[in-house]
Amino acid sequence: MDILSNLALGFGVALSPYTLFLAVCGCFLGTIIGALPGLGPSNGVAILIPITFTLGLDATSALVLMTSVYYGAMYGGRISSILLNIPGDEPALMTTLDGYPMAKQGRAGDALVLSGVASFVGAFLATIGLMLLAPSLARVAFLFGPAEYFALYLLAFCTLGGMASNNQAKAALAACIGLGIATIGVDSSSGLPRLTGGNLHLYDGVDFLVAIVGLFAIAEVFFFIESHGKGSSIGVKLDKVGIPWGDIWDTKWTMLRSSAVGFIAGILPGAGASLGSFMAYMSEKSIAGEKGGFGTGVPKGVAAPEAGNNAAAGGALVPMLTLGVPGSGTTAVLLALLMTLNITPGPTLFTDRPEVVWGLIASLLIANIVLLLMNVPMVKIFVKILMVPAWILLPGVTMISFVGIYSLSGSYFDLLMMVGFGALGYILRKLDIPTVPVILGILLGGNMEDALRRAMTLSDGDVTYLFSSPIAIGLWVAAIAGFVAPMFLRNILKKPQAITD
Amino acid sequence: MTNRLFKALMTSAVLGLGATTAISAAECIAPANPGGGWDFTCRQIGKIMYDIKAVDTPVQVTNMPGAGGGLAYNHVVSERADDGDLIVAASSATTTRLAQNAYAGMTADQVRFVGAIGADPGVIVVAADSPYKSLGDLVDAIKADPGSVAFAGGSAVGGFDHMKPLMILQKAGFTDITKVKYIGVDGGADAITQTVGGFTQAMTGDMSEVVSFLSNGDIRVIAVLTDERVPGFDDIPTAKEQGYDVVAVNWRGLYVPKGISDEKFDEWAGKLQQVADSPEWAQAMKDNGLAPFTKVGGDFQSYVDGLVADIAAMSKELGVTQ
Repeated sequence: MDILSNLALGFGVALSPYTLFLAVCGCFLGTIIGALPGLGPSNGVAILIPITFTLGLDATSALVLMTSVYYGAMYGGRISSILLNIPGDEPALMTTLDGYPMAKQGRAGDALVLSGVASFVGAFLATIGLMLLAPSLARVAFLFGPAEYFALYLLAFCTLGGMASNNQAKAALAACIGLGIATIGVDSSSGLPRLTGGNLHLYDGVDFLVAIVGLFAIAEVFFFIESHGKGSSIGVKLDKVGIPWGDIWDTKWTMLRSSAVGFIAGILPGAGASLGSFMAYMSEKSIAGEKGGFGTGVPKGVAAPEAGNNAAAGGALVPMLTLGVPGSGTTAVLLALLMTLNITPGPTLFTDRPEVVWGLIASLLIANIVLLLMNVPMVKIFVKILMVPAWILLPGVTMISFVGIYSLSGSYFDLLMMVGFGALGYILRKLDIPTVPVILGILLGGNMEDALRRAMTLSDGDVTYLFSSPIAIGLWVAAIAGFVAPMFLRNILKKPQAITD
Repeated sequence: MTNRLFKALMTSAVLGLGATTAISAAECIAPANPGGGWDFTCRQIGKIMYDIKAVDTPVQVTNMPGAGGGLAYNHVVSERADDGDLIVAASSATTTRLAQNAYAGMTADQVRFVGAIGADPGVIVVAADSPYKSLGDLVDAIKADPGSVAFAGGSAVGGFDHMKPLMILQKAGFTDITKVKYIGVDGGADAITQTVGGFTQAMTGDMSEVVSFLSNGDIRVIAVLTDERVPGFDDIPTAKEQGYDVVAVNWRGLYVPKGISDEKFDEWAGKLQQVADSPEWAQAMKDNGLAPFTKVGGDFQSYVDGLVADIAAMSKELGVTQ
C-alpha cells in the first residue's frame, strides 16, 4: 500500500511533541479567529504569516500551524452563526439559516455539537479524498473553462429564490443588490475602475467581510438600540448541553452527501468554501422537500452547510497543491506561504516533495481530531457566552467587529462602509428582505461576471459558446430546472412557512 | 532635589534617545498583504540590509494593501514626501499602473525609483500538444488570423502579462493590437490550466509561475523574454534569438519619496547595491526563481522612464488608459 507508507512518512514528519503543540495552538487560535465576526480564515492565516517568519519555523512546522489555523477557523465560524445569527466568516453564512432558529428553540448546545461533528465528518472525508484522489482530480480543473464557470455560478443564483424568505421576488431583489455592489472596483477585464467615484479605497471593490459584519452585526446593534434592548433577537433560551446522538445518527446521510458536494465545489478553482456550503444546503433542502422544514431550525439544515464548507476547505487544497491554483481566498494565502517557504506547488509536488505533501495531509488529520476533541467538550464554554446579557454582549461584538475590520486594511474607510452596510441591513430587515442573497451576490457576482466576460472575449461575442460543452449544458439544464421548477411545484406543494426571525 | 532633577534629565535623555532611534529606523512599505511579491521584496531586502550591516536597526515592514499599490503610493506622495527613512517595494506592476493612470492621477515622477535587483523573466507558453512549436509559428498564426490565438495571463487586461505578447507582435510588424485576444485570470497557474485545458492557445506570464509545470510535460515554453538564456533553463530559447527583440521582465525593486535629499537617495542606492552583491541575495534569488537584473540609481530611473513611456503609448492604443 503506497498510501499507507506515504501516510506513515507524513506522520513521521508531523507527529512530534513540538508540532502537536503547534497544532493545538493553531486549532485554538483558529477557532477563536473563526468565531469572531469579521475575522475569517483567510485574514486569520494572513495575519499569522509574519509570526511564522518571526518564530523562524521550518516548512513543516509552519504548515502544521497554518493548516490548523485554517481548519480551526472553518470550525469556529459556525459558533457565532448559531449563537448570535452573525456569521463568523463567509462560509458560515448558510449555517445561520437553521443554526440560529435551532438555538432559539433552546437547542444551542445541540446545534453546536452537531455542527462540530458535521464539520469533522466533512473535513475528515475531504482529507481522505485529498489523499486518495488528488493527482487524478487535478485534471478536473482542465475541464472547466469560462463557459463552464459561468454556468456553475448561474446555477447557484438560480437556486437562490425562496431561500431564507417566502417571497422569491424579495430574494431576487436582494441578490441584485449584491450583484450591483459586486461591480464596484477595478474591472479586471478592462482594467478600468467602475463606480468608485475616484476613491482609491474602492478600487479593490467591497470586501465581503465588511459587508457581512455590517449587514449582520451592526444591523443587529441598530435593532437593539431601536428596541431599547428589549426586542433584540439576541438572548436565546438555554437548556442542558449534551451530545445529541439521535440527531447525529439521523443526519448521517446528509453529512455524507454534503461532504461529497462540498468537496467537489472546493476542487473547482475559484468556487471555494462558500459555494460548497451553499450547494450542500440547497441540495439537501431540495432532497428534504417542503416537509423538511429547512429554515426553521432543523438538524439537517445545520449539518449540511457545516459538512459542506469543511469538505470544500479540504477540496480547495487539491488544485492548490497539484496545480498551484488556489481554490479559495484562504488557499491563496496558504499558497503564498508555501512560496515563501520555497515550495512551489504544482503537478510535480507530490513526487518531488513527498515529505511536504504527506506531512501536510498528516497535519490536517491531526488538526481535525484535535478540533473535534476541542470543540465538543468546550461547547459549554461557548454557550456560556449566551448567559452574558445582551447589553454587554452587543457592545463587545461591535468592538470586536470594528477591530476585526480595521485589521483587514488598516483604513477607517472600511469602518465607515461597515456602518453603511449596517444601515442597509437595518432597512432591508425592516422591509422583510433577506440579507443572505445580498452577501452571495457580492461573493459570487464578481466571479460570475469575469467568467462571462472571458467567455465573450474568447468567442468574439458568440453567445452559443456558453453552451458548447457537455458540462456547460448539464449545468444550464440544472440551473433552469432549479429556477423554473419551484414555480410549477408551488401549486402542488404547500406554501413554505414564513420564517419568524 | 538634585537627585530628582538628575532623574528628570536622565528620563528625558532616554526618551530623546529613544525618539532619535525611532526616527533613524528604516521602514519598508509593502503595498500588499503579507505573502505576495512586494511583501517578499521588503522582507528579504530589509533582512539582508540588516544582516550585512547596511542599516543599524532591523528594517520595519509595513503592509499597506489597496488599489494595486495605489493606496501606498498615495500615502507616500501626500504624507511622507520628505521621509528619508522610507523605502517602498515596487515591480513592473507599479510602473504599468502608473503608465496607465491607474493610481487616480498620480504619476511616476512623484517618487524616485532607487533600483531593481533581480527579476522574474517573462515567458510565452503553449500546451505540450500545441501545433505551435516556436514563437515564429505563434506570431505567424496571429498575423494570418488574429482570432485564432487567445492568450491567458495572470494580470488584468492591460496589465504587464497582456503587454508581453503585444510587444512581441509590434516587433513582428503586427500593429492591430486590439484584435489580439487576451483574458486575465486569477494568477499564472490558473492561466496555465486554461491553456492546457484548451480554452486558450497560449499563456503569458513569469518564469516562476511555470517552473513547476515544466518537468510534468504538460506545457512547452516557446520563448523567454530576456537578453540571454536563463541559467538553469538553457534549453528555452529567448525571443531575441528567434528574431523578436523584446525584453520584458518583472523586476523587483524599490522607490523612495520624491522630496529626500540627493545624498539620502545615493545612500539608499548604495545600500541596495550592497544587497545585490551579497551572497544572501544570490541565494534568495535562486530560491524564488529570480534571474539577476541589477539596475541601481540614475540608470534605473531612466529605464523606468522609458518603460512608462512605452506602456503608456501601447495602453492608449488598447484603450485601457483612463
